[in-house]
Amino acid sequence: MANYAIDVDHVSMMFNLNSDGVDSAKEYLVKAAKKELRYTNFWALKDVSFKVKKGDRMGVMGFNGAGKSTLLKVIAGVLKPTFGSVNVSGVIAPMLELGAGFDSNYSGKENIFLYAATMGFPRSFIEEKYDEIVEFSELGQFINAPLKSYSSGMKSRLGFAIATSVKPDVLILDEVLSVGDAAFREKSERRIENMMGDGVTVLYVSHSTDRVRRICNKAIILTKGQLVANGEADDICKLYKEMVSQK
Amino acid sequence: MKNKNTLGNHTSNFMKYRYLLKELVNKNIKLQYRDSVLGVFWTFLQPLLNMIVLSLVFNNLFGKDNSKVVNYPVYLLCGRLMFEFFTKSTKKAMKSIRSHAGIIKKVYVPKYIYPVSSVLSTFVTSMVSLLVLVFVVAFFNIAKINPIDITWRVIFVLVPILIVFVLSLGVSMILATADVFFKDVENIYDVFTTLLFYLTPIVYHPDRLGFAEGSFMSYVIKLNPLGGIVGMFRACVIWGNDFIQYWDFGQMYYCIGFSVVTLIIGFVLFYKNQDKFILHI
Repeated sequence: MANYAIDVDHVSMMFNLNSDGVDSAKEYLVKAAKKELRYTNFWALKDVSFKVKKGDRMGVMGFNGAGKSTLLKVIAGVLKPTFGSVNVSGVIAPMLELGAGFDSNYSGKENIFLYAATMGFPRSFIEEKYDEIVEFSELGQFINAPLKSYSSGMKSRLGFAIATSVKPDVLILDEVLSVGDAAFREKSERRIENMMGDGVTVLYVSHSTDRVRRICNKAIILTKGQLVANGEADDICKLYKEMVSQK
Repeated sequence: MKNKNTLGNHTSNFMKYRYLLKELVNKNIKLQYRDSVLGVFWTFLQPLLNMIVLSLVFNNLFGKDNSKVVNYPVYLLCGRLMFEFFTKSTKKAMKSIRSHAGIIKKVYVPKYIYPVSSVLSTFVTSMVSLLVLVFVVAFFNIAKINPIDITWRVIFVLVPILIVFVLSLGVSMILATADVFFKDVENIYDVFTTLLFYLTPIVYHPDRLGFAEGSFMSYVIKLNPLGGIVGMFRACVIWGNDFIQYWDFGQMYYCIGFSVVTLIIGFVLFYKNQDKFILHI
């Protein structure tokens, strides 16, 4: 157990498709009266098991709707799996894409503290990292401007800078490096490479085999909620390319 | 894992996220008055102006009997401060899960932190609003218009304040849970608070309503816990040394019981449903 940062054990996740759409009491009562509250079960994940060693960078690939995001949510502890269990050792830092979790009326600076607290870090801890975050995000004087005035690139740079500065044990990156200009992307990739020296485990979701190959050493492929391949990044990327060309 | 239901786990989990609670309370307070010219002064101004308006409207209708209502503006302000804390905090907490949907979908956070921080931040601003009451009482005493004899016994206002805090927290947890599943709750609650305003003796004195003892409406008025809370608060402020004569112990026990039961129901309901929140927000 100690050698694994993430242990996903026979995880299945079921959603009730119809119930998701009902969000007013009237709709609920009308449908209940008509006995239309039939739920179609949808399995977003079916018996997925894999382990990620400490310090590994695991690429998660799959077509749209394959269950990648659901898997990340289960690992992050946001969703409780219907069956199975997930064990994560240490602090998880999810990189919040495009302002999710940021408060748009708050300044960049205030959001740094809010974000850190959301991950359970005290203010004093993040104050030490503050200069580093501002520098890496290249926000400069804009750090005191409210977040609503930021561009999407600025927001994702800030998000990436915070998530990587707190030195988490597990870092979740959901298709984030596609935002931002080429220079920042390169800088981010370098930073992730540096982090692996510190034993940080990375989960990286992407459609781009090139990027997965550059960043990750391991990879998995999900298809319709099932784990179809698990192995070295190079082999898996080849396999994924074949799957893409067959489609 | 973090979701095991033992008391020790809950406590250590809370300790880990106490910084978040603090940051959220700070945020709510800071953002409330950001972009307004007068900023935090609205905490004082709003209740003061409201008191003046209500005094002008209702003074002639209800305020003439001085044996029951020593000083109508003060009487009004006492009731309104308690009532406003209750409605503001519950309304804010009701929407708190939905308004933090973005983060709840991405990061594991103990979800109760959002309604609790809403109630706490409203509590802080409401306590600051209490200063208005101090100024208004000082004004009447200096101007010698219906002066109010404030004694050390005013400290007993802490009893109704504590009760209204527990009640608001309990109601908040129930509303926050319900709002996740049915957004209609927001509209219904809006109307309900208007009704509650008139069912609570804020602008009128309960004895002057003229409902017969044992009639339906007299029970409705009596069963409203906010009525008891407002009554206790006023007794401490207005009646000074004689406050005990105006302090209804039966009402006090009823209010405490009602609030504690509401709090328990609120937290149980919240805990039973919180894993389903993410499917609906």
